[in-house]
Amino acid sequence: MAITKDTVKYVAHLARIDLKPKELETLSQQLQDILDFIDKLKKVDIKEIAPTSHILPINNVLRDDLLAESLSSHKALENAPRREGNFFGVPKVIE
Amino acid sequence: MEELNKLTAHELIEKIGKKEATSEEILFSLYQRINKIDSKVKAYVRFDNTKELTNLRTYEPANFLKGLPVSIKDNICTQGYNTECCSKILEGFKPPYDATVIQKLKQKGATILAAKTNMDEFAFGSSTENSYYGPTHNPWDLDRVTGGSSGGSAAAVASDEAIMALGSDTGGSIRQPASFCGVVGLKPTYGRVSRYGLIAFASSLDQIGPITKDVRDSAILMNIISGYDSYDSTSINIDVPDYTKSLGMDINGVKIGIPKEYFIEGLDKEVKAILEESINKLRDLGANYKAVSLPHSEYAVPVYYIIATAEASSNLARFDGVQYGYRTEDRGQRTENGLISMYKKSRGEGFGQEAKRRIILGTFVLSHGYYDAYYLRALKVRTLIKQDFDNVFKEFDCIVTPTSPTPAFKIGEKIQDPLKMYLSDIYTISANLAGIPAISIPCGFTKKGLPVGLQILAKPFNEELLFRAAYTYEQNTPWHSMKPKI
Repeated sequence: MAITKDTVKYVAHLARIDLKPKELETLSQQLQDILDFIDKLKKVDIKEIAPTSHILPINNVLRDDLLAESLSSHKALENAPRREGNFFGVPKVIE
Repeated sequence: MEELNKLTAHELIEKIGKKEATSEEILFSLYQRINKIDSKVKAYVRFDNTKELTNLRTYEPANFLKGLPVSIKDNICTQGYNTECCSKILEGFKPPYDATVIQKLKQKGATILAAKTNMDEFAFGSSTENSYYGPTHNPWDLDRVTGGSSGGSAAAVASDEAIMALGSDTGGSIRQPASFCGVVGLKPTYGRVSRYGLIAFASSLDQIGPITKDVRDSAILMNIISGYDSYDSTSINIDVPDYTKSLGMDINGVKIGIPKEYFIEGLDKEVKAILEESINKLRDLGANYKAVSLPHSEYAVPVYYIIATAEASSNLARFDGVQYGYRTEDRGQRTENGLISMYKKSRGEGFGQEAKRRIILGTFVLSHGYYDAYYLRALKVRTLIKQDFDNVFKEFDCIVTPTSPTPAFKIGEKIQDPLKMYLSDIYTISANLAGIPAISIPCGFTKKGLPVGLQILAKPFNEELLFRAAYTYEQNTPWHSMKPKI
C-alpha cells in the first residue's frame, strides 16, 4: 500500500514523536520501501492458522501475593528530570 | 608478565586456582589493553581512563568466577551505574536495581566493569552504527562494522578488551556480531534466561546471552545466568543442566539438517564455500547431514519487522521525559497541551533515526485499520515459521546454517538503506521467532582475513546439543584461537 506523508505525520503524533520536515520526508520514503517489502506476506496462505503472540506454552502466570521490599519513592524519583516534592514534575495539564 | 587479558575465563580460573595469577592482575592487564586500543575499537562507552580502576563488585569473590571481569551491554541494568541503551533519551539513567543476570554474576564472584559495551540504540540495528556514541570498529578491519546490535561486546571479546561479555539477541544481535568478530555467541531458548533488568526491545523475542572467546566459556556463563526468576513471568521453571558436561561428548550419529532456503542468492560465495567445508568437517567428525526445507524462511524478515517494531513501539512508550532520562529544554509555542508537547519534543530530540523509524512503523502496524493486515497476519506467519522448525526437529537433532550472508561490511555501507541493513539478519531472525536456541561459532576466514560464523540451531531447551556440536567442531579446528592483529 502507499503511505502518505499525512499518514506518517498522524502516526508520529500517535507515537508522540515530533518530526522535523526533513525527517518526515526521509521517513515517509523509507517506510514506503519497508512496507513494499513487508507486503510479500500477502502471498502466504494464512487461512485457519492461529496467531502466535507468545512462543512458550505458558499463560496466566500467577504468584502468591506476598509482602516484599519495593522501591522507596525517594529511589524511584532519583532519575526524574524534574521533581516536585514526592512527585514527578510535568508541565501543567489543566489550564 | 604474560598478557592475562588474552586468556579465556576457564584458563584464568585455573590460573587463579594454582595461584599463578590474581584477579587484580587480570583486571590490570585488561585495563591496560583497553587504555591502549579502545580509542581505535570503541567497544566501550563511558570508559574513563583518567580514573582509578573501579568496578561494581559488591560480593566477595569467594565463588566460582574468582573476581573475573564480565563486560556488559549498555541495555542491561547495573545498580547505580549508567545504563543508557546508547541513546540520548536515557542519558544519565542510573538503575535503582541490578538485572537478575548481574545479581547472579556477582553472586558467583564476577567483577562487573564500570563501563558498558557499545550497541545500536535500543538494540535497533545490525552494525552498532546506530549508537549515540558512534560505531564500534571491527578489530579484524577497523574500517568495517562489528555487526550488531551487541557489537561492543563482540569487539571487546575479539580484541581481548574483555574476558567475556553479555549481549542481548532479539533478531541476531548476539550471533551476527559474534560471527563478524570471530567469537562465540549464544542466544538461549526464549525463557531460559531471566530478562528482568534487560531494557525491553521486543518482549516476545528478547534474550540475554553470552559472548565469549570459546565454547567452554559460553557454557560456563550459561550455567550462571540460566534459570527461573519470579521477576520474569516468561522465564521457565525447569532444571538447568550443567552445560559443561556436554563438552567433550562426541557427535557420532548426530543428525544435521541443512536448510536449502539458506543457501541461495544473496549468500556471499566465499561464505558459502567456507560453510560447505565446515559442514564436511562436521560429517568427518561423525555427524550425518541431509538437506531439509524451512519453506517459510523468506518471510522471516518481514514478519520480524512487523512484530519487533510493534512490540518496540509499545515498550518504548515509557521514555517520555517524565520518570528518567532526557527531557526537552524547549518550552516553545504552546500550540497543544503542554504535557503532550513535552512528550513529543523530548522523544523527537531524544530518539535517534532508527528508533524513530521503528517506533513509527510499529505504531502504524498496530493502528486502527491496519492491525489485521499487518500485525495479525505477521503473528500467523510466525506460527508457520515455528511449524517449519518443529517439522525438521522431528527427524533432525540440529540445523546448521551460515550466521550471516556476508562477512563484516564497511562502516557506512548500509546505513542509508534500512532495508538492506535488515537483510543482514536474514539467517538469525527465525530462531527468535521460533524461540529456539542458536549459537554462532567461528568457522573460517575470507581471503581478506574476515571471520565467518557458523550457526547451529536446536530444539527449545536443548542448548546442550549446541554446546556438544559447537565444542566438537571448535576443538578440531584452529579458528577460535586466531586473534586480530591490533
